[in-house]
Amino acid sequence: MAGWERHEGVAVSLPLEGIDTDQLIPARFMSAPRSAGYGGFLLHDMRFDPDGALRPEMVLNRHPEASVLVARRNFGSGSSREAAVYALADFGIRAVIAPSFGDIFAANAVNNGLLPAQVSPDAVERLIAALNGGAAPARIDLAVGTVTIAGQAIDFALDAIWKRKLINGWDDIDLTASHRAEIAGFADRRRRAAPWVWPARDVREPRAE
Amino acid sequence: MTAPATLIDKLWDAHEILRREDGASLLWIDRHLVHEGSHHAFARLAARQLPVAEPALTFAVVDHYAPTRDRDHVADPDVARMIATLGGNARAHGLREFDLGDPWQGIVHVIGPELGLTLPGLAITCGDSHSSTHGAFGALAFGIGATEVAHVLATQTVWQRRPKTLRISVSGTLSPAVTAKDLALHWIAELGADGARGHAIEYAGPAVRALSMEGRMTLCNLSIEGGARFGVISPDETTVAYLEARPYAPAGADWPAAVAQWQGLRSDPEAQFDREIEIDGQAVAPTVTWGTSPEEALPITARIPDPATRPARKAAQARAALAYMGLEPGRPLIGVPVDQVFIGSCTNGRIEDLRQAALVLRGRKAKVPGLVSPGSSQVKRQAEREGLDRVFAEAGLDWVASGCSMCVGMNGDVVAPGKRCASSTNRNFRGRQGRGARTHLMSPAMVAAAAVTGALADVRPLLQGRG
Ligand code: SF4
Repeated sequence: MAGWERHEGVAVSLPLEGIDTDQLIPARFMSAPRSAGYGGFLLHDMRFDPDGALRPEMVLNRHPEASVLVARRNFGSGSSREAAVYALADFGIRAVIAPSFGDIFAANAVNNGLLPAQVSPDAVERLIAALNGGAAPARIDLAVGTVTIAGQAIDFALDAIWKRKLINGWDDIDLTASHRAEIAGFADRRRRAAPWVWPARDVREPRAE
Repeated sequence: MTAPATLIDKLWDAHEILRREDGASLLWIDRHLVHEGSHHAFARLAARQLPVAEPALTFAVVDHYAPTRDRDHVADPDVARMIATLGGNARAHGLREFDLGDPWQGIVHVIGPELGLTLPGLAITCGDSHSSTHGAFGALAFGIGATEVAHVLATQTVWQRRPKTLRISVSGTLSPAVTAKDLALHWIAELGADGARGHAIEYAGPAVRALSMEGRMTLCNLSIEGGARFGVISPDETTVAYLEARPYAPAGADWPAAVAQWQGLRSDPEAQFDREIEIDGQAVAPTVTWGTSPEEALPITARIPDPATRPARKAAQARAALAYMGLEPGRPLIGVPVDQVFIGSCTNGRIEDLRQAALVLRGRKAKVPGLVSPGSSQVKRQAEREGLDRVFAEAGLDWVASGCSMCVGMNGDVVAPGKRCASSTNRNFRGRQGRGARTHLMSPAMVAAAAVTGALADVRPLLQGRG
């Protein structure tokens, strides 16, 4: 995953609370391989009518070039499905601005280079008013921690660990590999102190009960 | 002397391999549970040609896509492919898999505990947000995304930031017919669906102590609906009695050694929590949701709220929820007609849940169709030994095989657009049970009450003279 520090794009707002991961990507699309691209599934039932036609009034259909999404509280609550982040990322979204995020969603976002930028509820209301249902230029400076939308500069909160990770585009598996010896040492100590933690491997289920 | 610590901090410290200077902890994972949805993570592993680090600590189960009927002929090619992919990955990496035909198959959060894979003091992860369920045993259990699943597969560790701690203490006792489900919906309604965000919850107090392991699992399961990734309850005699002689539980000399170590798994009396909440157990009523978030819940005797009386932002939300749900403000919840019912899921698909629903249904007929899917194949057999399957069938409900089923609809068990379902599941999100489906969350007994009356109903009068 490539790191990034600055982004210039287009912001739109979805003035809703609790846009959960079931809305971000309905479960029926989740068997697709990632290589198929998940952008078409994003907010599917909001963007398409039951016959599969694009709803022309929906903001992401009017502005498919959007790369920054402004929403109300508890964005990405619910299921741990990382597919919700894939759908956003594959659609071209680089940042979501909201007063609060589902914890698992936010972690998944950072693992895929998507910024979950936390701002105050009042700031979100100001942005929603400024966007007024349309689109506006957006600029994000990760290192400084500001987002500028429609001329309004707003500071956002982001966990320091996540900021480093987004900027560096770290891959955790590589990072962790450098701690291999500490992990092996920990596992050894745990096995000696609590051998019961390792389940018996030869347990066989009764074939008929 | 070490400083007084909470159970959550003790569990964290016991699994922390190292802490980076920026505060991220590298945690050791004792159990990793995977399911069909883990295909993205296995694909990442394959792309890097990495093996599973600890196959003996990794267990695979078919649940999300498990057909609940006619399992010998999986008709949907997508479903068949998802199940086959998990099987292929499990074989390639030498994992114990509980597949469709396995007598121990079931929903991951049901079989972990019932097989004794879930134990006090363990760190447990799964690519599923309801992994908090396992915290009912005093385990550090949490849901993770696909990138993290791949990381655990490859290293048996995961990077996490230590959560803040929240203790929810429930005093007194719950009233008859009030369950752990009602208690959970009650606190989530009070604090909000993001009320416990960033926190790990410890549930405490006499009303929690009095819960069975099934009830404790329901309570911990729903932690995520209030925004918390972790929910824990310190282990006690109830926990030990539940686990003894489970297939994967420690055996021989390991058993007393394990039980002795579990004694220390409690918060010290002087331990400080970042937040404390007190709930009066007597104040909890049978509770149902009326909207599209678990926080939109009220006692069954209440009326549907009028958005106009709420603060501006909340009003827009409530109006949208009521429009989706097809409900009028001000009307009583009791009597809202339902089209169908569902009993099952990792929240309320255990044997106690089925017994409570059967207690209401015995000798009565359901006015609407419904599905009863036991949380595991073991629960299914147990229910059949007790004759509960006949109670459901005689009431007119379908008794089917075990899996996630209508909780998430991935296997094809869905609620049709615009239909209203009384459901023992955990999410009333838009489209969760199927596109346009309208879900009301409640306890299994309350679902049974909705089935026999054909509408949202108070279960209490229906239990007069029973149980
Ligand atoms: S029953 Fe529902 S909530 Fe539980 S694991 Fe399955 S899909 Fe997730």
